Amino acid sequence: MSDLEQFRMETRKWLEANCPAEMREPVRDEEDVYWGGRNASFKNDAQKAWFEACVEKGYTVPAWPKEYGGAGLSAPEAKVLREEMARIDARPPLSSFGIWMLGPALLHFGTEGQKQRFLNEIAHGEIRWCQGYSEPGSGSDLVSLQTYGEDKGDHWVVNGQKVWTSYADQADWIFCLVRTDKANKYQGITFMLIDMATKGVSTKPIKLISGNSPFCETFLEDVAVPKSYGEDIPAQVGEVNRGWDVAKYLLGHEREMISGAGGGDRTAAIGAAMKRHAAKTGDDLDPVLRAELAMFDVDALAYSAMGEKFLDEAKAGRAHPAQPNMMKYAGTELNKRRHELMMAAGGSRSLEWESEDTGGGKPARSWLRTKANSIEGGTSEVMLNVVSKRILELPGG
Amino acid sequence: MPLYHDEDQAMLADTASSFMAEEGNIQKQLRHWRDRDCKDGFGHGLWKQMAELGFTGILVEEDQGGLGMGYVEAGIVLEEIGRNLTPSPFLTSSVLAATALSHGSHDMKARYLPGLVAGDSVFAVAVDETAKHRPERITTRAEKSGNGFLLTGSKSFVVYGGSADMIVVAARTSGSDNEAEGITLFAVPKDAKGMSHDAVRLVDSSMATYTKFDGVELDGDAVIGEVDGGREVLDAMLRAGRIGAAAEGVGVARGAMDRTVDYLKQRKQFGKLIGEFQALQHRAAHLYSEVEIARAVTIKTQQLLDAGAESADMMTSVAKAKVAKTARLAVQEGVQMHGGIGMTDEYDIGLFMKRDRALAEFLGDSYYHANRVAEMSGY
Ligand SMILES: Cc1cc2nc3c(=O)[nH]c(=O)nc-3n(C[C@H](O)[C@H](O)[C@H](O)COP(=O)(O)OP(=O)(O)OC[C@H]3O[C@@H](n4cnc5c(N)ncnc54)[C@H](O)[C@@H]3O)c2cc1C
Ligand SMILES: Cc1cc2nc3c(=O)[nH]c(=O)nc-3n(C[C@H](O)[C@H](O)[C@H](O)COP(=O)(O)OP(=O)(O)OC[C@H]3O[C@@H](n4cnc5c(N)ncnc54)[C@H](O)[C@@H]3O)c2cc1C
Repeated sequence: MSDLEQFRMETRKWLEANCPAEMREPVRDEEDVYWGGRNASFKNDAQKAWFEACVEKGYTVPAWPKEYGGAGLSAPEAKVLREEMARIDARPPLSSFGIWMLGPALLHFGTEGQKQRFLNEIAHGEIRWCQGYSEPGSGSDLVSLQTYGEDKGDHWVVNGQKVWTSYADQADWIFCLVRTDKANKYQGITFMLIDMATKGVSTKPIKLISGNSPFCETFLEDVAVPKSYGEDIPAQVGEVNRGWDVAKYLLGHEREMISGAGGGDRTAAIGAAMKRHAAKTGDDLDPVLRAELAMFDVDALAYSAMGEKFLDEAKAGRAHPAQPNMMKYAGTELNKRRHELMMAAGGSRSLEWESEDTGGGKPARSWLRTKANSIEGGTSEVMLNVVSKRILELPGG
Repeated sequence: MPLYHDEDQAMLADTASSFMAEEGNIQKQLRHWRDRDCKDGFGHGLWKQMAELGFTGILVEEDQGGLGMGYVEAGIVLEEIGRNLTPSPFLTSSVLAATALSHGSHDMKARYLPGLVAGDSVFAVAVDETAKHRPERITTRAEKSGNGFLLTGSKSFVVYGGSADMIVVAARTSGSDNEAEGITLFAVPKDAKGMSHDAVRLVDSSMATYTKFDGVELDGDAVIGEVDGGREVLDAMLRAGRIGAAAEGVGVARGAMDRTVDYLKQRKQFGKLIGEFQALQHRAAHLYSEVEIARAVTIKTQQLLDAGAESADMMTSVAKAKVAKTARLAVQEGVQMHGGIGMTDEYDIGLFMKRDRALAEFLGDSYYHANRVAEMSGY
């Protein structure tokens, strides 16, 4: 038996012993997701047990090195673990912007001290992060951001407003882009880590068209950010004024995450399920809708092959660095189309906003939520700009 | 297996790419033969050169003189054929017929394969009987007669049928027209008495025939595989051809896209390169995304077929449908973004549009294959 097959057998056994039955069901709503952090609570004992087993094994962040709370798995091993978890429909033990976004950036740009402290806290679910990039006047044109940090020797005084900060009201810390040199557009931005409990940080929820309010306006008023959180733990990641590189690197990971390149049901065929669904409500699929579903399924299955190819190539270092933009564009547009079709197949039933049968209007709320996929983390138009400039090398500024 | 070419495959791709660009290019092949009204629609010289490189026998087992490779490798050659619009009987002979012949008897292989490997023979396949690809319905009949068969019926869209030394014919030996079973495949030699061809030149300058079988006498040893058991061989042959056509379609899409992107970087209007206009940039970037996705699903499916995976049949239809949609987008955007010049015969972009139309129709268009995906998924 090869080492990898051996690893697969062991993983299967471990999952069998450690993943409770309740954790082997698709995530249905927000409560099913454990985000960690200072104020987190578990939904039930199964969620707690599953989380704790994974923390102990390093499986909240399997590919991170062991000294930072990971399991130190090689890329092929991590793939096996993903496959084995998918096989039993295991829920992610911990979801977090720390894992998806900040972690990779720290691994790449962080000091040893920052890695020791923050990566371990993230891996152990002790800290919940939010992302402070966007501002009211700086969305797609992120580099025009105005939040300003004034150098006061041993600390910064930060003033400004962030917007669309997902889960800011529940986050412990924020990774934040702050202008520290007004004369320099790209090389005047610092990537700062700020404790949300610091005096002067406040948040205000924003209600979405889905009726939920997962994000906030975040206000920073005379926030004193110490330059250091301890030995070899500076408040900024990378160098002062060179945060743009970190920001872009992190965006690459965010886009990959949003595009669903790592798998998940976004890329699955839906025609058969929609037919069963329609039959349950006593309907047939309209032939034209069936044809659209078939064309969608062709696109979805093809995109799923692309996701696999992209991961293989990225792992082997053969993917174009701007490829995640293409994946994000294609994946999010596909996901929107998917929910349009699901709404159509559901008919009047999927219009229900509060009924028990629809789990509190899940189809409609999810449909509305997906419209953000092609906005958050950079809009589709911006993705197309990047692809045309960086991959196709089309001219113009 | 990772979804990119390994070292050997990358080497093959290099060889195929430079060979097709140098010897198989549009000027030397497609335009050359078209402008001479060549009755074959391709050059035998190039076919011979392809044999010297081993391409003709790429799917033929090594003990038959071939390279014994798989659909990934055949796809590499086909993608380069597509990019250069190289007219060649590779898809019908080395992919479709070769796959059918791999199910044939030892004698049959010995009779036909050396000619293919040497680039001396050209093969065609005769499946369709109407203007659309409907292999579920076969009405051409082969009646038992002595130790052989009498073949009667007609076939449409037999690509390179007029040039073929042998045609693989799907005929009914029992059952009724729409039945899955009761099909037998025959290797019908060029000189078979009672076979006649009505040749037509197609929009892409390739040649096809309407072929009639008027009581064609066939020996018992013309049967490929089992009598009445041909559906399985036919399906295997069609899968090979469809994923092959998909690979060629990816090449057509890439060829059209590359030319278009180059043009956007050269043509000036309103005092700017037209590639600076965002309206065109976004469409080009969208096209690029679709081409990458089509290419990914094609490679994925080739690997599944080579591995004999259960999902390979459905994924073949996914790939064929996806590529057909994508290549269509590529040629349409290509002609449009070239402006008036895209409508001229002198510019190559229009040739891509023509080839796409013919290739997409061959072995089932995107509608046929999307419908198949729906049926196989249970809706
Ligand atoms: C659900 C959700 C969660 C989010 N979470 C966070 C978060 O946690 N942290 C955070 O910092 N931000 C977050 N965002 C913000 C997100 O990153 C921005 O919304 C996004 O970058 C777009 O910026 P904007 O909303 O200001 O739109 P604008 O930049 O004003 O864009 C408006 C329209 O103009 C188009 N446009 C803009 N520039 C160009 C151009 N150059 N070429 C062509 N078209 C252009 C856009 O594509 C868009 O269609 C979130 C957004 C959403 C919807
Ligand atoms: C069949 C045919 C008959 C014709 N008959 C006549 C005739 O009788 N008399 C005559 O004078 N002309 C005639 N024309 C020419 C026709 O008017 C031009 O082809 C047309 O105006 C486009 O110009 P172009 O071909 O130079 O394309 P270009 O201007 O080079 O355009 C190339 C591509 O770039 C795009 N593009 C250009 N500028 C922009 C921009 N600012 N923003 C976004 N996209 C842009 C175009 O839409 C096109 O897709 C004919 C053309 C054809 C094809």
